[in-house]
Amino acid sequence: MIGVAVPRREDRRLLTGAGTYLDDLDLPGCYEAAFLRSPHASARVLAMDTTAAKALPGVIGVWTGRDLADLVKPIPPKVTNPKLYDVPRYPLPPEYARFVGEPLAVVVATSRHIAEDALELIDVDYEVLPAIASTGAALAPDAPSVHDEVPGNVAVHLTQTAGDPETALATAPHRLRERFVVARGGGHSMETRGIAASVDRATGEIVVWPCTQSPHYTRNLIAYFCDVTEDEVRVVVPRDNGGGFGPKAQFHGEDAVVPYLARLLGHPVKWIEDRSENFVATMMERTQVHDVEVGFDDDGRLLVVKNVFQHDQGAYCAGLQVPTITLSTLPGQYRIPNIHTELIACYTNMVPTSSVRGAGRPQAVVAMERMMDRIAEHLGADPAQVRRVNLVQADQFPYQVGLTFRDGSPLTYDSGDFPALHEAVLDRFDYAGERDRQRAALAEGRLVGIGLGAYVEGCGLGPYEGARLRLRRDGTVLVTLAATPLGQGYETVYAQIAADGLGLDMRHITVATGDTASIPFGQGSFASRTTVTAGSATLQAARRLRERILDVAEVLLKTSAANLCFVDDRVCVVGEPDHGLTLTEIAQVANIGKHGITLPPGVNPGLETTSYFAPERAAYASGMHAATVEVDPETGQIRILRYVIGHDCGTVINPMLVDGQVLGGFAHGIGNALYEEPHYDAAGQPQTTSYLDYALPSAVEVPPVELVHLYTPSPLNPLGVKGAGEGGTIPVPATVANAVEDALRPFGARITSLPLTPAKIVAALTAG
Amino acid sequence: MPENTVGEDTHRITTTVNGVTQESVVDSRLSLADFLRHRLRLTGTHVGCEHGVCGACTVHLDGAAVRSCLMFAVQADGHTVDTVEGLANGDELSPLQESFARHHALQCGFCTSGFLMSAAEALREGPVDTPERAREVLSGNLCRCTGYAGLVSAVVEASDGGEGRG
Ligand code: FES
Ligand code: FES
Repeated sequence: MIGVAVPRREDRRLLTGAGTYLDDLDLPGCYEAAFLRSPHASARVLAMDTTAAKALPGVIGVWTGRDLADLVKPIPPKVTNPKLYDVPRYPLPPEYARFVGEPLAVVVATSRHIAEDALELIDVDYEVLPAIASTGAALAPDAPSVHDEVPGNVAVHLTQTAGDPETALATAPHRLRERFVVARGGGHSMETRGIAASVDRATGEIVVWPCTQSPHYTRNLIAYFCDVTEDEVRVVVPRDNGGGFGPKAQFHGEDAVVPYLARLLGHPVKWIEDRSENFVATMMERTQVHDVEVGFDDDGRLLVVKNVFQHDQGAYCAGLQVPTITLSTLPGQYRIPNIHTELIACYTNMVPTSSVRGAGRPQAVVAMERMMDRIAEHLGADPAQVRRVNLVQADQFPYQVGLTFRDGSPLTYDSGDFPALHEAVLDRFDYAGERDRQRAALAEGRLVGIGLGAYVEGCGLGPYEGARLRLRRDGTVLVTLAATPLGQGYETVYAQIAADGLGLDMRHITVATGDTASIPFGQGSFASRTTVTAGSATLQAARRLRERILDVAEVLLKTSAANLCFVDDRVCVVGEPDHGLTLTEIAQVANIGKHGITLPPGVNPGLETTSYFAPERAAYASGMHAATVEVDPETGQIRILRYVIGHDCGTVINPMLVDGQVLGGFAHGIGNALYEEPHYDAAGQPQTTSYLDYALPSAVEVPPVELVHLYTPSPLNPLGVKGAGEGGTIPVPATVANAVEDALRPFGARITSLPLTPAKIVAALTAG
Repeated sequence: MPENTVGEDTHRITTTVNGVTQESVVDSRLSLADFLRHRLRLTGTHVGCEHGVCGACTVHLDGAAVRSCLMFAVQADGHTVDTVEGLANGDELSPLQESFARHHALQCGFCTSGFLMSAAEALREGPVDTPERAREVLSGNLCRCTGYAGLVSAVVEASDGGEGRG
């Protein structure tokens, strides 16, 4: 079934309103929580009076950070570095607020309405402190400190080099430099965050229902905060999860507070984030500032690239995954002998940052791909040709970039065919024809431009993911995954993979996800990693279960396994369809058994297999985008006239769903290119806190797309797959910005800051 | 306060939801979305923003698409409300629902009910037979997963297939 556009099993319930998301669970009598959040970007809590709030009828309790001493433990950063200047991030900080929206107290009441009424009755005395609201402000001389213990506000400063970049820059025939500012925006899953928890009296377990991308990670941290073993916490992610895109893979303070209080009260408690909280308190990615310099020869061949970038870490370091990905994504599809890539991550008084679809890559691609166009402009050459002379060639894989990956191993691309991808996209785009049409339009006085953008994406990251398969009493096979879906269609995709591994029709296979009690270890769905890791684990476990089923059948049918095959739900002797056993009969013997009766000799009981797949290193997906845009010089409006996406994610399990991932990612990229910007004022007050101020693209803003696929299987996993979840997003800001600058070239106008809002276009034209 | 006693700030309302008449007592501040979801347990209507932009909460009030997060339950008193749960004919999906599945117009499904209700209303009013028109019709709802391409073709196909019958 691998490679077939199987319709999704999930759709029927979702189309009839019968899906089950977190806030749809039936939790009779459940209390509801609401959080008091800091109105200041930097402040010290001098006093907090909760007396009136506690007295409100319907309020069960009010707790400040000081009341919950057990929770004054730091949430560890997800990805760290020995050089990181870490500061503790507490679920409910007892003394200092470091960003607007940081939770400082919690009310639990019989309804959310009452809990929010009670918030109004909490009296807080704040000492307001100076705040930092940009990387520029953080790095300014004499800047106030976000944290007293981190002078200069630098969380980490990391440099990687390959070759001898300084000499190469000094001797390069041509050099160019530019500063690019890239805003990234938030995840904006349509379902916000949320968590519910209860204590199961029968087992003593704390049962937690979060809408997370990472059930086991959430379980482990709740166990840490509640000071119990991980077996005393059971995380069950509701089977429908309304989108993730990164932020739901993180652990936020509320995720510790709600289960802790459910346990303290011995009563179910839930908290559903509302959208205004989502705008201020959910992690996002934000602006990076890139200073990039390239050296090249007369043919546009890259000799050196140097990129120094500032990354906004926010008030705390929730992890260094995003900026370290940016560090290593810079060289992209090009052979560059000398590289200098340098990260300066700063603390600021804004909500902490973490991965959002694309995770640090779109910014790196802006730095690299925008310079490729500048090189072409400088030489009077064609931008497609400048890329062509620099591409890593198909026979150079595995290709060593010269940098190290975040786990310290040499950064290595496993597979791909960038020249073929490049030509396939230019072909489909009709690049030469499009250039003719551009010239014709320019002759009519219209501002039309063409942009290209190429990227690589390290996908399918470790450490591992697992799958457990079991033959059930009704003869069906249950596939249990540790990873949890967010709309990608796992119930369908993993049944396809298991069907091929088992050699059994998909009809007999069911997929279950998201329950830590069903499979003990897991990482989660993020970083375009699950098809590689959980997919390979499913394939391996399915192959093994097939062998085990045949081993039992061999004994019962008195033949050898080599003579057996599956016919529908029966195991039969090849060529003798009547001589066989149903899977139900096999399950009856090997799994169910009869109390007190000995198994037939040679039958190994328990037809269940578990497999964990640990990739050796990242599998590299790649892609190239091409766009034609028209700019209205009066209004600054940008219209996308054509858009072609070339995409290579290796083997495709379900082409319909992969296209869906690419197109969805593309829309997110359009938001980043043209619309989305989480804006803060100089005092650290968020200015975009509703969808009236923060423009999420709708159907009229997202243009139609033409897709071109290339399939170079990864040698690093048995399926040959690579990730598909984020590639659609990654090169869109760079591609659109290249096209826009191309359109403005007659005026020599420069566009160096994303998103490309009409105001910036008009300003650039006026300046030019 | 017990759910059925009328007091200060509470009201007795009568609504017809998916063809069933309901008598309820509701707080003044209870939104129509929360009433449908938490009181009637019709959880197919979703809440994505609570400020009238995302469209996830779209239902029909006397046949017209409205945002149930922007209305109070009391405002539905005496009116007919239709939700996504009423779109299919028993086990048989409507042509619009079928078309959504065929065109992969949904991923996480959170926005889906709202899109279905907005599109169903538009199709009842007239054909939506070009992608451009479909994009306009869909532009009042937000989806973060699909990139809209599947939604656009689903609505156009449903229009060609005569979904307009309602
Ligand atoms: S929840 Fe009503 S429009 Fe978003
Ligand atoms: S399908 Fe997830 S928001 Fe539309």
